[in-house]
Amino acid sequence: MLPGSASLDKKPTMKGSIMWVLLVLALVVQDRLAGGLEHKSYDYTKYHTMDEISAWMNQIERENPDVVSSMIYGQTYENRNISLLKIGLNSTTTKKAVWMDCGIHAREWIAPAFCQYFVKEILGSYEKDSKVNALLKNLDFYITPVLNMDGYIYSWIDDTTRLWRKSRSPGTGNCTCFGTDLNRNFYANWGMVGISRDCCSEIYNGPSPLSESEAKAVTDFLGMHQNQLLCYLTIHSYGQLILVPYGHPNISAPNYDELMEVGLAAAKAIKSVHGKSYKVGSSPDVLYANSGSSRDFARLIGIPYSFTFELRDEGQHGFLLPEDQIQPTCEEAYQGAMSIINYVHDKNFKSAAITVTATLWTTLTALWISSTNVI
Amino acid sequence: MKTFCSVWLLLSLVELSPAPPVSQEPPLACTGAPGHAPQSETAEDMASTGDLEPTHYPARRAATVALHYLNTHHGSPFRVFGLQQVHKASAEDVAAGGRKYKLDFSVTDWASGSEGPALRCSADVLFPQTERHSGPEVQLRCEALQQINRTAQEEHAFYQRYISPDSAVSARDIPDSYGNVSEEMQPFWRLARVAASFIMLRESSERTEFNMAQVASVAQQGSSEEQLMLEFVVLLHDFPSQEIIQWKLLASWSPDRGVRVLQTEWQPRCPHATKPPN
Repeated sequence: MLPGSASLDKKPTMKGSIMWVLLVLALVVQDRLAGGLEHKSYDYTKYHTMDEISAWMNQIERENPDVVSSMIYGQTYENRNISLLKIGLNSTTTKKAVWMDCGIHAREWIAPAFCQYFVKEILGSYEKDSKVNALLKNLDFYITPVLNMDGYIYSWIDDTTRLWRKSRSPGTGNCTCFGTDLNRNFYANWGMVGISRDCCSEIYNGPSPLSESEAKAVTDFLGMHQNQLLCYLTIHSYGQLILVPYGHPNISAPNYDELMEVGLAAAKAIKSVHGKSYKVGSSPDVLYANSGSSRDFARLIGIPYSFTFELRDEGQHGFLLPEDQIQPTCEEAYQGAMSIINYVHDKNFKSAAITVTATLWTTLTALWISSTNVI
Repeated sequence: MKTFCSVWLLLSLVELSPAPPVSQEPPLACTGAPGHAPQSETAEDMASTGDLEPTHYPARRAATVALHYLNTHHGSPFRVFGLQQVHKASAEDVAAGGRKYKLDFSVTDWASGSEGPALRCSADVLFPQTERHSGPEVQLRCEALQQINRTAQEEHAFYQRYISPDSAVSARDIPDSYGNVSEEMQPFWRLARVAASFIMLRESSERTEFNMAQVASVAQQGSSEEQLMLEFVVLLHDFPSQEIIQWKLLASWSPDRGVRVLQTEWQPRCPHATKPPN
């Protein structure tokens, strides 16, 4: 009898066990990576605390390192880092960008829910959907899930704070009230209309333009990226509206007609999902006049396609939209946003073949003109 | 001579002291008077006359007023109307001052859910021009209103359940922060909405647009004259000012008499004036 034969019969080898364990591990890791964004654990149909959202942002970045990176671009009054997710594929050609922010107003909980949903959707579809893939190739998406973090956290404290709207900076001078309406604080016709100088008011526009660090953070970022940015989307609730610049009744954006066309197409896309009607127009037409809004600022510095979304509903629940409406609201808003983003993309990124043809025709035409102009 | 000089000096001082700018109010500990146009610097009188764009806010605000009127007359624990769409609208200035809107619009019953049919209504809404605010005057016609009587059975059952002497319903925050309303609280939410409509109607102007944001509390009082008596604290949301305005009210209801509002009290809300809760 050979010396080692007895041990072979009685128990599995160490080597065999290790191999088996490694194989299982490899399969598990592979499954997690391949899943991309199979977040069975993160529930996109529930409202989440700021801590949960921050953890989610970290997780998204970790799990999608080739496509997602986070950037801190400012601080809130209470000194929290304001961060966004930058989502896009590496590209050899120059990239343009799309900005989306949610939660400028604390009580509009459906808005941050939508930003999270939007991120999940594009990350979950870009590998299989060639249209979304092209978007991520040519565009960088800068997405801020919660801009007014201080206010959002405050609105979660208890039932008496749920309907908070503004920032949490203290009043100045004699004022004992807190908060400035961030969406009246931007340097865009600041203080002209639709504001209040009463610092206790929900539409108090602040002691001065950009007195709020949150508004300043957005302003600085947009300014730094203004040549890149094609589209500015800011998400609010409620009202079921798509608003185009400007908030002042006497000022029209130069591309107002086009913005209306694009907005109406987005509303049509929204309606096709669950039948909800979104009205489209400038703020002074369909809602109320206002000034100092982020949307107006974006348009003023030249970002051509600048829209405010006011999501569900129309007043039955208002700010307290039930969680069972998060999914359908996000689904329709996603189609609306994508309608705009696709339009903006297609206008700026023609296919290679068309570019070559266009260049050829331009060259020929130029030659012809110069030849006929010889005197 | 001396008297003349001092009088002259006094007069010139009075003239020289600057009048406070119309738009500037001293910082308040709480928000100002309820319901009226906020201390906002909205350009006065932007509303146009003649045909109005149905999707624009002037038509919608007037239709919302008509809606509040409709709910005060026909709302119940099992019926609350919401504005579905404005079809046509026009406005004209009225000889006595003020503006009258003519509206053609549709409403749906929120209690029927998404399957509910739309009701067509027409209304005249007059916003009077008076020194002190007085509520708008509404004349309203809706088709097929009488035919909606399917709720009689539910109303009766609800009434029987809560009219008993030892019934003492009380609850807070409907909906809660997540938008939830329990089955049991749905009729109370609707009653609050109907009762709040009396206030929203009364407080409306061309520069307001009210919805009920939340029922802060409901407390059943002892029944009186066979009426359910409910004390509500409701939070109203006004679009143009974005303010949340708190009202306490006492309402009665029975299937026969409908909703009546007996007392209302504006409750200044000063959460922003206090230190943040810890």
